[in-house]
Amino acid sequence: MSSEPAMEKPRVPLSALLLVFFHVGVTSFGGSTAAWLYRELVERRGWLDEEHFMTALTLSQVLPGANPVNLSIYVGSQLRGGIGGTVAATGLVAPPFCVILALGYIYTHYGTSALAHAVLGGLAAVGIGMTLYTGVKLARTVRKPVPILIGAAIFVVVGVLHWPMLPVVFAMTPASIAFQRWSSRKTPA
Amino acid sequence: MSDNRLLALALVFAPLSLVSFGGGQAIIADMQHQTVDIQHWMTGREFVDVFALSRAAPGPSTLIVALIGWQVAGFFGAVVATLAIYVPSSLAVYGAVRWWHASKDSPWRGVLERGLAPVAVGLVFAGALAVLEAARVDALQIFTTVLVAGLLLYTRVGIYTIMAATAFIFAALQFV
Repeated sequence: MSSEPAMEKPRVPLSALLLVFFHVGVTSFGGSTAAWLYRELVERRGWLDEEHFMTALTLSQVLPGANPVNLSIYVGSQLRGGIGGTVAATGLVAPPFCVILALGYIYTHYGTSALAHAVLGGLAAVGIGMTLYTGVKLARTVRKPVPILIGAAIFVVVGVLHWPMLPVVFAMTPASIAFQRWSSRKTPA
Repeated sequence: MSDNRLLALALVFAPLSLVSFGGGQAIIADMQHQTVDIQHWMTGREFVDVFALSRAAPGPSTLIVALIGWQVAGFFGAVVATLAIYVPSSLAVYGAVRWWHASKDSPWRGVLERGLAPVAVGLVFAGALAVLEAARVDALQIFTTVLVAGLLLYTRVGIYTIMAATAFIFAALQFV
């Protein structure tokens, strides 16, 4: 992207991008990819700020495709254009691709191992715990009562009541944006 | 023969990629229907087994297609199935990012970003709950989940220490 203004943000090398996403691909047990990316991209490296990360997170959930892959395409192409998106997604998918084929091979030739099952179950629990941690950290950035209510309502309706996510998001997002528009008019910052 | 199988894999998974709004869990039922009932690539029992494997492995749960592809046409089957499930949706996301990037000076962007934040938070918690339910976790795992979140929030214990300790404890409990 040639139109990029000379911002204070340093240009992220493709090798660093590959390394980060490769690392997250290896460690993201229990669906914790978003949590690991939050840790690596926002907390440790500062490549994205929290608001931008949450935008990326919402868009990658709403658009078609696996959320972790969408998030890597989004972040990679934000940082380094199309090639960055490709590098990030490849780095993210390649390690678990190899792991899952190895698991499949072991499973078909040797059956299931109670020990491996227990260890993977434990690591999945750690991954879910990490997702909870990320949710709490992100929730702290939402301060006003109405947005808090919107976030809580989405959790209850989608998470607890199992309503389909898309209609809920498409109904709540405009409401949430309209509230922000209204409150930014009321108190011009 | 093998080429036909690779083509069939691509033709089954590429369309699913574009309708997987909301992520992989949205298309698991269709995937099972295609794989078991229509293409007869696997039995229902085998599908349940590879589903469990894909949950246990790191990375996106849609990588289940790699195992299906492997079963159908070996290593290249796994590669073709994986590309078919990720490339179409990724191109759509890339288009959306380009558009988003182009509108970066619009005054609406700040409002949009602040408006999307509570939606993201709600979905993160809903996602954690969905994984908890899908994995049919036991009491020890739920305890571990809460403990890990607490340790990360209130202590400086590193995530690798936590992962190593958890793996060790869960393994050790097998011998108790």
